[in-house]
Amino acid sequence: MNRAALPVRLLGIAAVLTIGAATWYGLFVVPPDLNQGDAQRILYIHVASAWHAFFSFGLAAAASVGWLIWRNPRFDAAALAFAEVGVLFTVSTIWAGMMWGKPVWGTYWQWEDPRLVTTALLLALYLGYLLVRRLTDDPVRRATRAAAVAIIAAVDIPIVHFSVTWWRGLHQGPTFGNPETILNPPAPGAFVTALLFMLFGVILLWAWLIIRRYQLARLEWIAEEAAQRAAVGVPA
Amino acid sequence: MTEVTSDVRVIIAVAGKDWRGELRSRQLPIGAAFFGAVTLFVFGFALGPDRAALAQAAPGLLWLALILAGMLVVSRLQQLETDDGAGEQLALYPASRGAIYLGKVTAALPFLLLLGAVLLPATAVLYSVVIGPALPALVATIVLGSFGFAAVGTFYAGLTARMRAREILLPLLLLPVIAPLLLAAVRATVAALAGDPFSEVASWLGLLAAFDLVMVAVGAATYGTVLEE
Repeated sequence: MNRAALPVRLLGIAAVLTIGAATWYGLFVVPPDLNQGDAQRILYIHVASAWHAFFSFGLAAAASVGWLIWRNPRFDAAALAFAEVGVLFTVSTIWAGMMWGKPVWGTYWQWEDPRLVTTALLLALYLGYLLVRRLTDDPVRRATRAAAVAIIAAVDIPIVHFSVTWWRGLHQGPTFGNPETILNPPAPGAFVTALLFMLFGVILLWAWLIIRRYQLARLEWIAEEAAQRAAVGVPA
Repeated sequence: MTEVTSDVRVIIAVAGKDWRGELRSRQLPIGAAFFGAVTLFVFGFALGPDRAALAQAAPGLLWLALILAGMLVVSRLQQLETDDGAGEQLALYPASRGAIYLGKVTAALPFLLLLGAVLLPATAVLYSVVIGPALPALVATIVLGSFGFAAVGTFYAGLTARMRAREILLPLLLLPVIAPLLLAAVRATVAALAGDPFSEVASWLGLLAAFDLVMVAVGAATYGTVLEE
């Protein structure tokens, strides 16, 4: 596993530098938005986090299907890495969203926003996933139970989004514009550049976290197997 | 014997053994219905004596009581399988795992419908709600909601039955997944009680039916892997 140590370390350094530069660009180069003032600067990290949160969970579900079909522990390690990093980005998404929502919408929480409610439920579903893993000792059972939970969660999320969208639609509640399109002036170059800049940094950070977590999960699996062999007295 | 008829026989056999056991002891139907009714009663204390406020909150409270009491139903039915290793025996039968799952879902359904039959009139009495004209739509909502709850609840109760801290884990896993069911069932109930002024009951019932089908399909496909352990 040390073979790939240097490129991975370089990736991590590149992620930190890019996010640092993107933060500087978003805070000091981009002008304040005419409507939202400085609050719009939060959106760069919010949008970048949200994309990676949903992307991670899709991949976690795909890796879980892989485990149930092929029973290869690499799929389980990948599912764990995607789910755990996904939870991190989901928390970041919701936190940044609430910090943005308070000054712009006047409230931290907006029940009729399908994306907010869906993201919050996504977090609850995958915290449950991590808890199932934590409460199962046998590695194979843990992988199987967790995979089933991840698949149910992935199937549930579109239904959640659809039902909350309908809830709003049928009741004509307060409708807010799409945060990505209500920037004023409508998304000039600097805003788009800042978003893409931050997005690129977050892609690097995401990839680095996934690789490191995957490597750790593989080591944990190997250590658990060794401990089980030692427990029943089988030489390694 | 074709595969379909043998699956149907497995479903009936699995559900039948649960019904017989629970009807003899009567613990589950009486306990769950009583718990649901007490829940409705204490919601009244939580909200205060304002009749208008209670009537407005009634659909949501009815469904929360159904779901809380329903969790007792699905976890009790899985408890039957973990006692004395019955579940392991069940897994050894040469029957399809999907059919065993559908049998457990079928076993839960009448108990959940009984809950609805007790809690709906209790809601009407305690929260001053007039249910008469809305009864067909309410029955349809309870049937579809109960089926979806049985589909998801049976799956998660089976998953957690042999885990540590299962009493905590079951609601924690189950409640987020059934959020769309709760939303659709409550909206359908609200609309039905209001006389369906915007013709939205059918849409919410359609969403409930779609949820039921998706979840029962996923449950039937994955329950086997949980049982396999």
